[in-house]
Amino acid sequence: MSEQLKVPTMAELHAQGIAPEVLFWVGCAGSFDDRAKKITKALVKILHKANVKFAVLGTEESCTGDPAKRAGNEFLFQMQAVTNIEVMNAYEIKKIVTACPHCFNTIKNEYPSLGGTYEVVHHTQFLKSLLDEGRLSIEGGQFKGKRITFHDPCYLGRANNVYEAPRELIKKLDAELVEMKNCRKKGLCCGAGGAQMFKDAEPGDKEINIERTEQAMEVKPHIIAAGCPFCNTMMTDGVKNKAEGQIEVMDVAELIANAEDL
Amino acid sequence: MTLLPNFIFWLILVGGIGFFVRNINKLKRNIKLGKTVSVEGPSKERWANMARIALGQSKMVRRPISGLLHVVVYIGFVVINIEVLEIVIDGLFGTHRIFSSIGPLYGFLIGVFEVFALLVFVAVVVFWLRRNVLRIKRFMSSEMKGWPKQDGNLILYFEIVLMALFIIMNATDVQFQEMSSGNVISQFVAPWFEGFPLHAIERTAWWLHIVGILVFLNYLYYSKHLHILLAFPNTYFGGLTPKGQMDNLESVTNEVKLMMDPDADPFAVPDDSTEEPEKFGASDVFDLNRIQLLNAYTCTECGRCTSECPANNTGKKLSPRKIMMDTRDRLQEVGQNIDSNKGTFKPDGKQLLGDYITNEELWACTSCNACVEACPISINPLSIILDMRRYLVMEQSAAPTELNTMMSNIENNGAPWPYNQMDRLNWNKE
Ligand code: SF4
Ligand code: SF4
Repeated sequence: MSEQLKVPTMAELHAQGIAPEVLFWVGCAGSFDDRAKKITKALVKILHKANVKFAVLGTEESCTGDPAKRAGNEFLFQMQAVTNIEVMNAYEIKKIVTACPHCFNTIKNEYPSLGGTYEVVHHTQFLKSLLDEGRLSIEGGQFKGKRITFHDPCYLGRANNVYEAPRELIKKLDAELVEMKNCRKKGLCCGAGGAQMFKDAEPGDKEINIERTEQAMEVKPHIIAAGCPFCNTMMTDGVKNKAEGQIEVMDVAELIANAEDL
Repeated sequence: MTLLPNFIFWLILVGGIGFFVRNINKLKRNIKLGKTVSVEGPSKERWANMARIALGQSKMVRRPISGLLHVVVYIGFVVINIEVLEIVIDGLFGTHRIFSSIGPLYGFLIGVFEVFALLVFVAVVVFWLRRNVLRIKRFMSSEMKGWPKQDGNLILYFEIVLMALFIIMNATDVQFQEMSSGNVISQFVAPWFEGFPLHAIERTAWWLHIVGILVFLNYLYYSKHLHILLAFPNTYFGGLTPKGQMDNLESVTNEVKLMMDPDADPFAVPDDSTEEPEKFGASDVFDLNRIQLLNAYTCTECGRCTSECPANNTGKKLSPRKIMMDTRDRLQEVGQNIDSNKGTFKPDGKQLLGDYITNEELWACTSCNACVEACPISINPLSIILDMRRYLVMEQSAAPTELNTMMSNIENNGAPWPYNQMDRLNWNKE
């Protein structure tokens, strides 16, 4: 049992007549997946450290509908979207930060035409802006000189052209950023997208996450940095399979929180 | 008597171009079998994309070797076509090298053409070696067996022959060789023909060259080489929105709005009730939109998409190139059906889904967009995959069981896993 973090909900703040600076969209993985919950907590700690006035929707949050949409269930997606938009519009949400590239992509790109227009940023972009504004400082600390490779999440990179924010954060850790042969635009998928996370893969000769883990191992990193809870799961599984104990898989938020001893 | 060749030339030219126009009209008709689609975004940006990606080949050179070779063939093709203009005028009016009167510039131009002809020749030989001797992996996939493989090679043979004819035509043209200007390559070829009936060879090469070009022009419609024309409109219509953004089906939006609206009368029948209810997703080419069908005709079968596809690279059946080829082949089949049934489509008991593309392929996609990113001419295989999944799920309820579980979880408790929405903040209590 770790100490409980202060996580205000929109409902609480609204009752007090306070409008937070940003809504932290936690997402299903961030709320329920054991590994991803740690990322959620790390991000909350950083937000507190930087004195960001944020809130979550808590029990009023529901799946964005991303996996349903990509599985082909447009009905379910739009039902989810409309429900979420109603909640967020009622709170007059302006800006959203999320640690999940799938939520990020869906809310940013697919909600506007259904009536939900917000400024949506991925947590690495948000942290980068805090850094630029001088609200957050990052010390290398324990990651000094460590070899870190960044795995581009498809829905952050190719899908939305965000390649540099996570890398700039990693460089701030005084770490040695090493690139896999497939990176940025050519980044190889972890295998989870398009609702694959929730089903077994079709017959083939290899799992995609193993292929990606092998690519990562080629550059001999101490840490594989991720920016997506699903990539994190896939890469963690891959490492368990191929390089147990040699490589760690960590979200960029966790790297920063750890470096700051949060 | 001297008019006969001109007359024959007129016939060949009109016939060749006429047949080509006829096929292009068929192509247009087939594309229009698809649904209309709104083309959003500034046309300025679209023109810029066309200029950069199609005209400027910007995405080709991401793979430097094949990219540069392709640029050579592309520029060569465009440049040498200026010479075809002269051939056509000469042929129509019985002149000989009509442009030679422009003076030294003529020699310079022909010189440039000859150099390009040689470069194209070399590039095409390298292309042939890559396909047939080096056997580059992306040309060896299962969808590249049979006609696609032959097609790829035929195009190369065409180009080799056309370039050779151009040089021979110049080498055996006595007058031109005597001008000694512009024969930068052909002067070295000329000696090979010493002692032969030069005029006859020159005429033969000249005729074969122009006939060859017309045949090649008409070959396009049956070939992946169609991309030399369609790459331009295709890059114009290429997506401008972020790649992760997938379209929100409007028909679904209307129904969802109705369901969510507490004032809506669920029994009220919409005015257009006489219309068939809209089909969700795509099971055949008719359900795809016109841009998707244009995409299918434009595909060059280069396989850059497939070689980046994570599913394909790990041995799954899915190949985004095959998705495009299947769509095109089915569309051609439908087109031929219409041709042989006096302009109307006679149901043939076949469709794109199942007869061409299997469920297994569709479910292997991670929607990673690697194929979209890799395509040098802005084709989007993923959008077809998604539309077909939509059909499987919304019309047939044919999703894999695990996905059905995921979806019912979302429906019942707002998360893809069986956790209660009321526990969404529990992560902070542990
Ligand atoms: S989006 Fe689908 S088809 Fe395209 S590369 Fe990714 S997995 Fe392959
Ligand atoms: S879709 Fe694009 S990348 Fe794929 S084979 Fe066709 S032209 Fe090449």
